[in-house]
Amino acid sequence: MGKRVAIVGFGQTYQRSSRKDVNGPELINEAVRAALEDAGLTIKDIDAIVIGNMDHFEGVNYVDSWSVEGSGGVMKPIFKLTTGGTTGSTVAMAGYYHVASGMFDRVLVIGWEKNSESDTTGAIVTAFNPVWERPRFGGAIAGLAVEASKYMHNYKVTERDGARVAVRERLHALNNPYTHLHQEWMKSMEIEQIVDLLITSEENQMLAYPLRMSDMCPRTDGAAAAIFASEDIAEKIAPKPAWVVSTHNRHNYALLGDIDWDSNDTLESASKAVFKDAGIKEPFKEIDVCELYLPYSYAGLKWMESIGFCGPGEGPKLVWDGHTDMDGELPVNPSGGVMSSNPIGATGLLRVGEGALQVMGKAGDRQVKGGDVKYAFTTGFGGCNWADVMLLGKKKPS
Amino acid sequence: MEKIAIVGVGQTTYERNKIETFDELVFEAATKALKDAGGEIGDIDNIVTVSNDFWDGRTISSMAIQDAAGSWGKDISTVEGDGSFGALYGMMRALSGSFDTTLVVSHMKGSESIMNLITNAMFDPLYQRSLGIDATSSAALQARSYMEMSGATEEDFALVSVKNHKNAKNNPHAQLPMDVTVDDVMKSKKLADPLKVLDCSPISDGAAAVVLANEKGLKKFKKDPVWIKGVGHTSDSYTLGYRDLARPRALEAASQKAFKMAGIKDPLKELDVCELYDAYSYMELMWYEGIGITKEGKGAELIKSGETGMDGSLPVNPSGGVISAHPVLVAGLTRLIEATLQVRGEADKRQIKGAKTALAQGINGPCGQAHCIFIVGT
Amino acid sequence: MTQKSEQQQELLTVNSGEAFQPFEWSVGKYGSKFLAEIRDNQKFIGIKCPKCGRVYVPPRKVCGRCYVEMDEFVPVSTEGEIGVCAIIQFGFIDPSTGHQEPVPYGYAFIKLDGADTFLPYYIDSTDPEKVKVGARVKAVFEEKRTGTMLDIKHFVLLD
Repeated sequence: MGKRVAIVGFGQTYQRSSRKDVNGPELINEAVRAALEDAGLTIKDIDAIVIGNMDHFEGVNYVDSWSVEGSGGVMKPIFKLTTGGTTGSTVAMAGYYHVASGMFDRVLVIGWEKNSESDTTGAIVTAFNPVWERPRFGGAIAGLAVEASKYMHNYKVTERDGARVAVRERLHALNNPYTHLHQEWMKSMEIEQIVDLLITSEENQMLAYPLRMSDMCPRTDGAAAAIFASEDIAEKIAPKPAWVVSTHNRHNYALLGDIDWDSNDTLESASKAVFKDAGIKEPFKEIDVCELYLPYSYAGLKWMESIGFCGPGEGPKLVWDGHTDMDGELPVNPSGGVMSSNPIGATGLLRVGEGALQVMGKAGDRQVKGGDVKYAFTTGFGGCNWADVMLLGKKKPS
Repeated sequence: MEKIAIVGVGQTTYERNKIETFDELVFEAATKALKDAGGEIGDIDNIVTVSNDFWDGRTISSMAIQDAAGSWGKDISTVEGDGSFGALYGMMRALSGSFDTTLVVSHMKGSESIMNLITNAMFDPLYQRSLGIDATSSAALQARSYMEMSGATEEDFALVSVKNHKNAKNNPHAQLPMDVTVDDVMKSKKLADPLKVLDCSPISDGAAAVVLANEKGLKKFKKDPVWIKGVGHTSDSYTLGYRDLARPRALEAASQKAFKMAGIKDPLKELDVCELYDAYSYMELMWYEGIGITKEGKGAELIKSGETGMDGSLPVNPSGGVISAHPVLVAGLTRLIEATLQVRGEADKRQIKGAKTALAQGINGPCGQAHCIFIVGT
Repeated sequence: MTQKSEQQQELLTVNSGEAFQPFEWSVGKYGSKFLAEIRDNQKFIGIKCPKCGRVYVPPRKVCGRCYVEMDEFVPVSTEGEIGVCAIIQFGFIDPSTGHQEPVPYGYAFIKLDGADTFLPYYIDSTDPEKVKVGARVKAVFEEKRTGTMLDIKHFVLLD
């Protein structure tokens, strides 16, 4: 009952603050072609397509219809999913379910966004409740700023700790040719120096204490596409496919005011469910690499605890001890993560795709563990503290 | 392949300017579906919601209904397109091995915004949108194209409106049950030639839900299953000039897939009832041809023959169809619900006697670009 | 006039102009009662779940955790405690109203006494020593009230 599913190909566009050289369908097409090439397939081989983005960033209704000529969906089964920031991971999950159901063998999954085409903050603001939340709102960063401030209040966490995460993400990005931010100036400095600079620089604008510009993700244009295939054919397409071991999500809340600000309970719950399915008892030891959707720096501390990689308040030590750097025990975001590139509809899918590349040994300069990756743990985030989790593995699940 | 059953259905009434909020509508439809199935939220393993950011006026439209859809502690996702596609995704999830039961719920309040602006936003901002094109004006282009191809007349289209509004009188959920004549339709106000008010569906608010289960999941419920025998979905090209608007080849492809899965070779004979997505009167005639119950260009002949009337050999839209109630995104799921009620024998006054196999259609995108076809039966 | 060569191509954009989509969202029965209570009596009410006893502010029909319909309205205080907060220094324009709140401003999620959820709102202070987790606050209402959340002017710190 239910097929095993693997990712057999992944492609992404170059992600930039503004891709004026392409319109939406063309941007999508770039990612689709890259994924097909990676898998050695043509569009004819694809049985079904799933696509996602957040409507108001491009101002187009029914994007699946509008972009069908770019996505390759003409005369194919196709539909759209959208769940805000988690869209990219949501479409990855949909690709998985399409194939696991036995109804389709090769499914193309696309996530994309041209954030430059609209007022990103304005569009994000409309995600929240027009009657209760928007009349007096703190903007897109308010939810993140308050979480960080509570975390600092609960544990002895400092601005340096947040900055250390930001530095890690941006240093990792230097190995990723596709990603948006390449802060080359960081190359010539020691980590401690960069951290000190970020928390003292006047130019590094304070948005809402403790969040500065450097603690936030950028606004990006980009697209990504992944190909999910059934166990019957996956190994014929890719010699080392990335198997989907388990996936779960939790979107428990409708209003920001209902959230428990002390814990990221949705991420905790979704992670636990995935670890249970996979029989993982010591996540820190057993997971080889993570691509976590960290929209801002402090998430890289607190959410490590929520997932269960360390205990409450231990996030900063985990990061400062170097465990999450490229040569650490548990590298986090070798791609540079969301803080280095954020085309919102694609962002969650980039996490899954980058995780897949790690398992497949195809991550180039950002490959960790010498290519020997048993498990890659990927997450998506959005909305009201929503969490999506997908665990990819080297071995076909039993 | 394992089979999936529809074991619970629920819908609100469809009308304009409902006072309930999105989450209240969703809760109403979902709890009705759970009650119908003889189960409760604890029996649901995962959820698929259906909504659209433009129609709801907020990005992440699904956020508003998380509590009402029962998402607490469960896997949940959101399809943005017609509810029938949501049901299809819910079906996949119940076949995947991860879940045994899925709740699918769709909501829409068309009256909270301006329909023309929302459907104008479907069109390409670079080349088409500034023409002011919207759902109705593009449908008018398609209607004209179909008239050219088939020789069908405005009076032929009017027959759909007459039939379906009359059928709606038997449907307590429908928005526009009424007795109209061809003459009434011809005299109604012209909106976009050749379409007149009575050729068009209304602006509606409402929600609908279904509970799906695989064979293991069925054990949690009390209702007899209605099986999904076949399903297919396909999208045509987008730019209106890139496809032949008069020939719904995507519908043909989707139907063929569904028929093949269901083992149906002669739909006109083997189907007992159809619920088609007649957002505009002419569409029903085109969809007859697309699903293959009549030949290309012969849609008007079929409706004139009476075969698709309540007393005919293959009644179409005993519920009154979309022309009698059009909560966009919900309407395709409603067609699936109506088809389910028919084969269960629970369609009350609109029951087609002895119905055992039914077809339900959902469409998405301008001029019926994408189609999703379900074949259900006992 | 730019020289057009093969490498340099003009990249155009199309502007949406004053594109807009107006909405009229229903507040619903539960929300309407909450707003009316503010408008008419300068008081807050919540709704209590019959199963788990949680009191939700603002009131809504369904308790998400229990999946049951609620109908017991209960009064909650106009005073409460800051759960989480931030001093916002980065402005933004609300796309519906065009309003941009001048920065800096205090923003907090407030747990009103008697409620189990937080109500996000502005705090009338930008002092990070005072706007902090656990601080006691009280609602101040507008003189003229029309039945929207804006009838609450802001929350002030109770030293």
